[in-house]
Parts: sequence; C-alpha cells; structure tokens
Amino acid sequence: MSDLTTLTIAEIRDGLAAGRFSALELTQAYLAAMEAARELNAYVVETPDKALGMAAESDARIARGEARSLEGVPLGIKDLFCTEGVHAQAASRILDGFKPVYESTVTGNLWADGAVMLGKLNMDEFAMGSSNETSCYGPVVNPWRSAGSNAPMVPGGSSGGSATAVAARLCAGATGTDTGGSIRQPAAFTGTVGIKPTYGRCSRWGIIAFASSLDQAGPLSRTVRDAAIMLKSMASVDPKDTTSVDQPVPDYEASVGQSVKGLRIGVPREYRIDGMPPEIEALWERGKAWLADAGAEMVDISLPHTKYALPAYYIVAPAEASSNLARYDGVRYGLRVPGDDIVSMYENTRAAGFGKEVKRRVMIGTYVLSAGYYDAYYLRAQKVRALIKRDFETVFADGVDAILTPATPSAAFGVAEKAVASPIEMYLNDIFTVTVNMAGLPGIAVPAGLDDKGLPLALQLIGRPFDEEMLFRTGQVIEDAAGYFVPERWW
Amino acid sequence: MSVDKDIVKRVARLARIAVSDEEAEALKGELNTILGFVEQLNEVDVTGVEPMTSVVAVEMKKRTDVVTERDQAAKIVANAPVREEHFFVVPKVVE
Repeated sequence: MSDLTTLTIAEIRDGLAAGRFSALELTQAYLAAMEAARELNAYVVETPDKALGMAAESDARIARGEARSLEGVPLGIKDLFCTEGVHAQAASRILDGFKPVYESTVTGNLWADGAVMLGKLNMDEFAMGSSNETSCYGPVVNPWRSAGSNAPMVPGGSSGGSATAVAARLCAGATGTDTGGSIRQPAAFTGTVGIKPTYGRCSRWGIIAFASSLDQAGPLSRTVRDAAIMLKSMASVDPKDTTSVDQPVPDYEASVGQSVKGLRIGVPREYRIDGMPPEIEALWERGKAWLADAGAEMVDISLPHTKYALPAYYIVAPAEASSNLARYDGVRYGLRVPGDDIVSMYENTRAAGFGKEVKRRVMIGTYVLSAGYYDAYYLRAQKVRALIKRDFETVFADGVDAILTPATPSAAFGVAEKAVASPIEMYLNDIFTVTVNMAGLPGIAVPAGLDDKGLPLALQLIGRPFDEEMLFRTGQVIEDAAGYFVPERWW
Repeated sequence: MSVDKDIVKRVARLARIAVSDEEAEALKGELNTILGFVEQLNEVDVTGVEPMTSVVAVEMKKRTDVVTERDQAAKIVANAPVREEHFFVVPKVVE
C-alpha cells in the first residue's frame, strides 16, 4: 500500500471518508517510507508508537462518524515546536535531552483536528541557516538531484527537514517556521508549497524562539489546497501569545480556485537584481503570463527600500536571538558543562552547546545591543523596517492585490558547496523572502518550474496583512499552469 | 565600525560564550564582514521615522492577574540537568 503516500491531504480526506483505506494503513505506509529514507536525514526522531496510536484513534472517530478536519492525516513536525513528552531540541546540542512538558499551540491545534504525528523534523540549529547544514544532526539531503549527478543537494533551510519530508513523501504535510524565508526558500528548493502567514496569525506559544518580532509558523505541503487546509488548523487566536492577533480564521480552502480576473498583481522592479540568472528572469516572466492569462492585470511597482531589508534583518534578528538564547544557561534544561564558578559554567555550556552559526549571530546581536550601540544599530534597523513596511502599504493602498516575485535567486546548491563562502553569501539566499518578514506580511512560495539541471524553482506571492486568502487564490493559478513536481526516487 | 580581537573577547564575555584566542581571531573576521554589510543602512534617511513596533496596529493584550496554573513545580524542574527536589542546583554563587 506504499502508493498511499502519494495522496494529497485533500485526497486523504476523501479516501478516509469513503473507506478506501484506513488511517492505520496510511500511517503504516508513511512509517515504512520513513524507514526506507533515513539517508535523507529528514527526521531526527520518529514516533511510530504515537503515530499508530493516533491513527487508531482516527479510525475509531471515522467509524463513529466524528471525523475532524485533519482526521488521520500524517504530519511531520519541525524540531522547533514543543511537543509534550517528545524530543524538541531546535537541532541544537544545547537542548540535549529536552522533552517539553507542554504542547505548542500550533501542534495542539493540529492534534485537536485529528492529525497524526510521525516524528520531529531536522532543521538548521535554532532556525539559523538557509541550507539545513547548521543542524547538530548533520545536513538534510534534498530528494532532488541535478540531472546526471549523484552529488547531494541541500533542501534549503531552516525548515529543510520539513521540505525534504514533504517532497520525498515522508509525510503528507509538515509544519515549518519562517523568520527570514525559512519556509519559502526550502519549499522553493524542493518543489513544495510553503506559506508564511501574517505575523500574529499563528500563535508562537511553544515554538522555540529565534527572533520574536519575525518568527511565524506555517505549513509546507504538496499543493496550494493542502497548505490552505493545514493553515486553517494551525492558525488561531491565542491568549498565551500577546502578539497573536484577534481576528477570526477564515476558511482558506474556499478561496482555492476562485477567479483572479481583474486582480492587480504588482511586479516590483527592485527585485530584478544584478546578476539574476536568466532562468529566474524567465520563470518570473512565465508567472506574469500565467496570471495575465487568467485575467489578472500586471502592474509595475516600486518598493524602494528593498535592498535594505537584508542588512536590517541581520541586525534585528541577531539582536532578538541574543536575547532569546540567553535562557540557555545550563540550569533549567538541556546541556550543562561544569566550570570553576557559575559564570564559567555558563560560558562552557554555551561554548559546547551552540554551533558556529548560532554563536556568530548571538555575538553580533550582543554587540549591536551593547552599551552605546543600540541607537546606531537596532533602533536604526527598526526605523528602516518601518520604511520597508511603508513601501508595501503604499502599493497596496494604490490598489495592488498581491505582489509577484521569484522565491529565491537560484535553485538548490550542493551540500558543503558554500562552506568556504562568507556568511553573507549564504544570507543572500533570503533576499526575496526577508522583506516579507520585515514587513510582517504573508508570503507563499509555489513551485513553478525546473531549471536546466532539473532542479525546482518557485515563485513567491506577497499579500496584504491577513489576506492569506489572496495568496491561495493567486497561488492556485500558478500551480494550475505549472503543474506538480515530484523527485524521482533514488534513496 | 569594526571590531578587534579584544572587543570580540569582551562581547563573548557579555554573551557568556567561552572563546579561545583562535576562535576570537576567526570571529573577528566574520563579525567585521557582517558589520560591514549592515553599514549600508547609514545611507537611509530615517529622520522623523518611528521605529516599527508591530505589523498591524494592536493594543497590548493584558490578562487578568490571577493564578491559572498551580502546582507545576515538578514539571518546571523536570528537564533540569541537575536538580534536588523542586530546586535547580547551580554552583555556589554566595560564600
């Protein structure tokens, strides 16, 4: 029954309702697929007993006619989410052995809707990375390879395990988080759909914090419709997160398939960057043509502060990270390395527990927040951020409904290929996605084609605050035109 | 602005991360690259711009000041690397 893993979430819902297979059979098919795919290193922990128990419960529910919206749907969960009694380490040694005593709001919402947990997914350490190579569990391998090559490719990051698991059929959908592009960039590298909702749409409660003013959870899935189904469950208004915004969650699936006739799609000229590969240009042109063919109007727009988003991000995110990660002190959870006194215990613990990229960012953050520098760095960056947001507000006020851009400046690159590069080169991966986090807007990456080496490429759509529906609506047009992209199995 | 090795060591001390001399040397280069990259923000005229504090205008939520979860001590210390009963154990800080 291994072909059950090819079904989308929408097809699972229909198949279970019609009794064509059971939730248990479906979960067993996924557990077998996971076992056969361990070389991809997507899962850091598999939870087969929990999965089988939850699936049995789903079958009982279905038999009683009490199926919920995600009944029996097997999902993978990024290691950043607290899951009660189950490993949660943010792919960091510093959280060695940590088993949360509570459940994150987002995962709690998924289980309350009947979803089944298959395990925890690999990621960049503390979500800091764009290639999933900073994980303490080692890199995740992309199921996609360049034509004619066996060289392992990165799946992007930080939600690299999530992206690989969805693309390689190791879960029906996965949770991710996105601080600067960590859902959309790996989705783009693996031919999957990923949406970062508006800041405040999904509760951050129980998600291990990286940069609190930027972090948002969202789904990675195989289709636009599946992303809509998952986001409906993940999003909620949560009194436990003061930044959770008090707005009802719409039925996102209802917007899938709605006409885009007459919509105005902004095409920002600042996203045509120097040295952009011709393939990315061509992809963008195709995207415009698809939306225009469906009746939308393309509008040339300007977002003048675009180029400052990435440098502002590399002040705001490390500053907030240095503050958030101060809690890892070897006292309350995780690793402890002894020292001569309490300060050396802290220093030794953090030196051994954090990886290189995390240390680098904590150091940058500590520096820019240190005495005398706050105004010059953090405050200035937050002002620039206000200008980036204002750019978007201006075009939306002019009647633009959504903005179309490439999702990434390139396709996936090889594992270790950028190891000798400067940190900045890796950071440039997020050049098209990071503006969206800085402005707090929703953004979706939708697979749109393959490059000349056969690797997936994606387009990004950006919407108004809390207008995720517009992204599902326009994203579906891209998906209808581009089709689906499935890697050939070699593992 | 650029940092030298002494500043790197001082920042490492503030961040409570032990770094060796070799690591400090490597970090110096990396931090200067990043600080050089973010320097372009100085080109932006931010006169009169209020720093961004939230995505949509929202009022700070306040909850009622009451105890909602009690008797959690065992759970709170459950993940501590060293504990005694309901206490976190740390090296001696006061003589």
